[in-house]
Amino acid sequence: MIDISNKTEEDFLILTLGGEVDASSSIHLDKALGKAIEQNHKKILVDCNNLNYISSAGLGVFMSYIEDFQSQNINLVLFGLSDKVKNVFEILGLDQLLKISKNLEEAKSLC
Amino acid sequence: MKYNFKAPCSKKKLRAIRDFIGKNLKKHNLDDIEINMIVLAVDEVCANLIIHSHDCDPNESLELNMNVDAKHEGVTFEIIDRGEGFNILKYKEPSLDDIVRNKKKGGLGLMLVKRIMDHIEFKSSPRKNICKLYKKFENH
Repeated sequence: MIDISNKTEEDFLILTLGGEVDASSSIHLDKALGKAIEQNHKKILVDCNNLNYISSAGLGVFMSYIEDFQSQNINLVLFGLSDKVKNVFEILGLDQLLKISKNLEEAKSLC
Repeated sequence: MKYNFKAPCSKKKLRAIRDFIGKNLKKHNLDDIEINMIVLAVDEVCANLIIHSHDCDPNESLELNMNVDAKHEGVTFEIIDRGEGFNILKYKEPSLDDIVRNKKKGGLGLMLVKRIMDHIEFKSSPRKNICKLYKKFENH
C-alpha cells in the first residue's frame, strides 16, 4: 500500500510518499510523477519520511524519468529517507544518479 | 530454524511474503538494514516469478522455504514454483545507462538480488523450479 499526497510551497511541488512502494503499488508513484512533469513543475521534492519500503519497481520509476528531468530542466530531490530505504538506493549506486538530501530545507537548497 | 509460506501468484501478496520473512528474521537479532536487504532480495525474486512466469494468475502459487542455520550464521531461501522456469543466473543484466536511456522501469530487481545474496542457485525439473538463495549474516 502506498499513500501519495501533494502540495505546493513557493515554487516547489512536494510529493509526500507513505507506506510501501513495490511491484504492486509502484504504478501510483509512476502516475504521480508523470502528472507532476505534465503539469510543468520544475522543482519537485519527494518527502520520504513515511516511506517504509521501496523495491526495484519504485527505484525503476525514478530511473525512468531521469532523462525527462535532464531534458526539461526539472530538479527532483528526495529527502527524509530512513537508513534502510536509503540503503536500497545505495546498493546499485542510484544515490549517485538521483539527488538525495536529509531534510526539506536542504532539499530546497539543492533545487 | 525452518519456516514455510505459500502464496497465490498475485502482486498483492508480496506484502504478506515480506511480512513473513521480516517477522521471522527479527527473531534472529539482525539490524533493520540487513533484514530489509534480505526481504528485498526475496521480494524481487517472487515479484519476478509472479509477473513473468505466472502472469499474476492467483490460481497458481509459489512456495517459500526459509531456513536459518543452526549456528545463526546465515539464511537459505528456497522459492519453489511450477511455472515456466526462469533461470536468474542466465539473466543478462542491463547497464544503468541503458535503463536510463531507454526509460525502462524494469531490470533493477535481479541486479539487486545478485548484489545482496552471497549464493544463488537455480534448479529446474519438469515438475518444479527451485530458486535457492543464501545470505550470510553480517556479524558472523
